Amino acid sequence: MAYKIVASQCTVCGACEFECPNVAIRMKGEMYLIDPKKCTECADQFDTPQCAAVCPVPKTCIPA
Amino acid sequence: MANLISLDSIKPVARAETMREALESGGCSSASCGSSDGPADMDPAVWAKVKDHPCYSEEAHHYFARMHVAVAPACNIQCNYCNRKYDCANESRPGVVSEKLTPEQAMRKVIAVANEVPQLSVLGIAGPGDACYDWRKTKATFDQIAQQIPDIKLCLSTNGLALPEHVDEIARMNIDHVTITINMIDPEIGAKIYPWIFHNHRRYEGVEASQILHERQMLGLEMLAARNILVKVNSVMIPGVNDQHLLEVNRVVKAKGAFLHNIMPLISDPAHGTHYGLTGQRGPRALELKALQDRLADGTKLMRHCRQCRADAVGLLGEDRGQEFNLDLLPEEVAYDPSKRDAYREIVAVELGEHQTHKKGAEAGLAAVDAAPAVLVAIATKGGGRINQHFGHASEFQVFEASPEGISFVGHRKVDQYCQGGWGEDATLEGMIAALEGIDVVLCAKIGDCPKDSLAAAGIAVSDAWPHAWIESGIAAWYLATYRAELRLSA
Repeated sequence: MAYKIVASQCTVCGACEFECPNVAIRMKGEMYLIDPKKCTECADQFDTPQCAAVCPVPKTCIPA
Repeated sequence: MANLISLDSIKPVARAETMREALESGGCSSASCGSSDGPADMDPAVWAKVKDHPCYSEEAHHYFARMHVAVAPACNIQCNYCNRKYDCANESRPGVVSEKLTPEQAMRKVIAVANEVPQLSVLGIAGPGDACYDWRKTKATFDQIAQQIPDIKLCLSTNGLALPEHVDEIARMNIDHVTITINMIDPEIGAKIYPWIFHNHRRYEGVEASQILHERQMLGLEMLAARNILVKVNSVMIPGVNDQHLLEVNRVVKAKGAFLHNIMPLISDPAHGTHYGLTGQRGPRALELKALQDRLADGTKLMRHCRQCRADAVGLLGEDRGQEFNLDLLPEEVAYDPSKRDAYREIVAVELGEHQTHKKGAEAGLAAVDAAPAVLVAIATKGGGRINQHFGHASEFQVFEASPEGISFVGHRKVDQYCQGGWGEDATLEGMIAALEGIDVVLCAKIGDCPKDSLAAAGIAVSDAWPHAWIESGIAAWYLATYRAELRLSA
């Protein structure tokens, strides 16, 4: 149960890193990556995964 | 609360006198003294904040330069004129992605620019993204640079949603200029501009989203005004969506203490991939923009010299030297050397005094002409307040309105440079003539016969008789030569 970032669409704005309550998102090289071990899809924390809610590009933070 | 001040009133010619008067009468330290909008109620402290800021003072934009650093790329709203794959179409022209910088990289770049561009007076953070939402990066950047270059003015630009929670810190950090983009005060209209916002850990859509955004914008504006921080309101004019509504926006933001209102034309092109671009929403024509600016209750309280510069722009307004300072061109270690900036400031002080004298002389000359029309004059200039650019080298013209009432700056027209490597392109000339719609005369340092004839055929007069003259002196000389002669003929 984790989300992933579609690298080809990502604008590298960093909003997801900023909002992730689990510190699961970090910059690796030129891209942001979601650590599946840390990602909880924000279950029990928020109604929707925060990365997907703030991401400016549709269908870019999606279930892995 | 700061009063909304007209650009005319922040020109030093009026200011120097009124400031002296204010000082002699014991002075006034409150920004809210005096009645409304005249120069008389402008606090010297406010004048000190705007006099070197090219975006807040029309006078300053001839002499001082700004630079933007793109350190805060995250945003908390979506606008229909913005495609986040490129830069924000609002605060920076879209099409080319800015170099995104870390706060440390930004500091290297700012110091390198300060050492090379003596006109530099302002550092701004203006997207892509929102400087208040991506606050940690904004703050880290400003803190580091303020330590190295204490006299640089800091400003930031925001959509306002995350503004209220940072106002106290903005005040503590001596950020004296904040720009809020306010496109509506009616959430029904907002719903046509903003598809969603992200606030308090969730996404809101439709009218509800715009209602929240509107409330946060108004709160942020009031909080800044209460702390005497100058607020510029930017509004994107979207024909058929908010163009008429901006009259109401102007009234409200003025009442809440905005210092300047800047109406910017929507930039919309399918190639930018924005919602508006893809759905055929058009931007306003230059004359439509001017007509709206003229209709706003007090036309002169508008900023008319905005160039909608890129988020990583460097240089005088209308000029962008950003590419010269890309990170890979900079040395690893740079140390700040204030000598060039200090020397430049001394020269500007002298030049400004001379400019004001000539401006006054020019206006006195015009006042002597009766019954002559108001005309729009386009000037080719490289800056410094002079007619000093070749027609074919101009990538924009500054537009002034001249009449017996005086000379006032009313805006600028961007054009594609006509002359490339010594050869003029006829297709470019046609585009140029279209961009100069409504202009009566073009004054430039030099022009060839061929473009001169084409302009004449399009009903636009052109003259290179006053190269390197002060802009107002050249305009007055042309105006007198034209209308005195006509009066003599008709007499």
